[in-house]
Amino acid sequence: MRGATVLKASDDKTRQLNKNTLMAYSGEAGDTVQFAEYIQANAQLYSMRNETDLSPSALANYVRGELATSLRSRKPYNVNLLLGGVDPITHKPSLFWLDYLASLAPVPYAAHGYAQYYCLSILDKHHSPGISLGEGIKLLEMCTDELKRRMPIDFKGMTVKAVTKNGIVDIEFNDDKIVKCA
Amino acid sequence: MDTLVARYSRPAAQRETFADDQHDDLHDDTTNSMSLKFAIPPIAQPSAWLRAATDDRANPQCPIKIAHGTTTLAFRFQGGIIVATDSRATAGNWIASQTVKKVIEINNCLLGTMAGGAADCQYWLAWLGMQCRLHELRHKRRISVAAASKILANLVYQYKGMGLSMGTMCAGVTKEEGPALYYIDSDGTRLAGNLFCVGSGQTFAYGVLDAEYRYDLSEEEALALGSRSILAATHRDAYSGGFINLYHVKEDGWVKHGFSDTNPIFWKTKLESGEFTNVTSDFVGERV
Repeated sequence: MRGATVLKASDDKTRQLNKNTLMAYSGEAGDTVQFAEYIQANAQLYSMRNETDLSPSALANYVRGELATSLRSRKPYNVNLLLGGVDPITHKPSLFWLDYLASLAPVPYAAHGYAQYYCLSILDKHHSPGISLGEGIKLLEMCTDELKRRMPIDFKGMTVKAVTKNGIVDIEFNDDKIVKCA
Repeated sequence: MDTLVARYSRPAAQRETFADDQHDDLHDDTTNSMSLKFAIPPIAQPSAWLRAATDDRANPQCPIKIAHGTTTLAFRFQGGIIVATDSRATAGNWIASQTVKKVIEINNCLLGTMAGGAADCQYWLAWLGMQCRLHELRHKRRISVAAASKILANLVYQYKGMGLSMGTMCAGVTKEEGPALYYIDSDGTRLAGNLFCVGSGQTFAYGVLDAEYRYDLSEEEALALGSRSILAATHRDAYSGGFINLYHVKEDGWVKHGFSDTNPIFWKTKLESGEFTNVTSDFVGERV
């Protein structure tokens, strides 16, 4: 979005940091991609130098540090992030919520911006850590249905990716469904 | 001029005597008799003046803090209407009360809910109750929900732009209409509908309610869903909390289903249904 015009409807707002970590971003135009690609480059540099990947939690703490440094600089990055990954050794999945004020929180489910107001209550009720990928997609669909139903802005579709222990996979997601209020 | 000075130099409460009221009722047309006369500050724009005195966000030192922040919901279903609210009143960041009755019993088959300015809602819904009773006495039959909601909508519309703040729902079951639900707010909006959530916690309540709402819900399911939706909102919205106030409006009047503390309900829901997995007892530092 720029002003009151949609520039591109299918913008991928994620960057892959290494084989098993993905970072989704939102925030000010320009800042977001610059910051995400800066983090991506450093994560990849680490993997090349050390022939091993950083764990999701190590990356999350690194990103938080960068945001904290930026926050007190002359021109801070205005970027909010969700960082998801599966630990390459323990195979434990983890999700981190970060905002431009350099807060870091490990959470079972998360959202940024207005989506929080519509989706978190659904996730509070229907999420449990044991669900399968299929059940996870169903839960995501409940959330996007609610956004379509109640949010006054049209966000023009979703990009869905799953971080699994075998890497990151794109998920086909039907977002043409029309949802109406009860 | 003297009459003008006299008018504004007397306190508002003494201005109208009981005899004056009766006189108004007998001789004025209906629109005038319905709206009580208030002393309005003698300034060009009452709303701008009120905003300067009450807007907490623009001016944290504002002299008047209005009680705001709420979650209320009501939905129609096969067995009638469920009405549920939280019970927290906040004035700025201060929790003014945890035991507010936000469901106002207008009469034994009409309910109103309260969101926005607590005083505005309490006063005008009590006033609406009076108008409904007068309608009953005058016409020898109970007022319809459509008519009751329109009395309120017309009243708040008269005061539009003068700083009233209310978001209310009127729910009732009548012979002519069946279960009827109306949303009225201080902008003058009046909408009939199946399902409404009003207040700062509305989005959280909508999230839970929309996902499982059907018209053919059983009574038990409907009560559980109403209560769970308020719980969701009290969990995520800082301005909602306290107790869950639950009502079921049926053909032969409303039934109250308790005024229950959210805290034990939250832990029961979490521990027995495995919900709210974001709430953990382990130290955050250990998980990062």
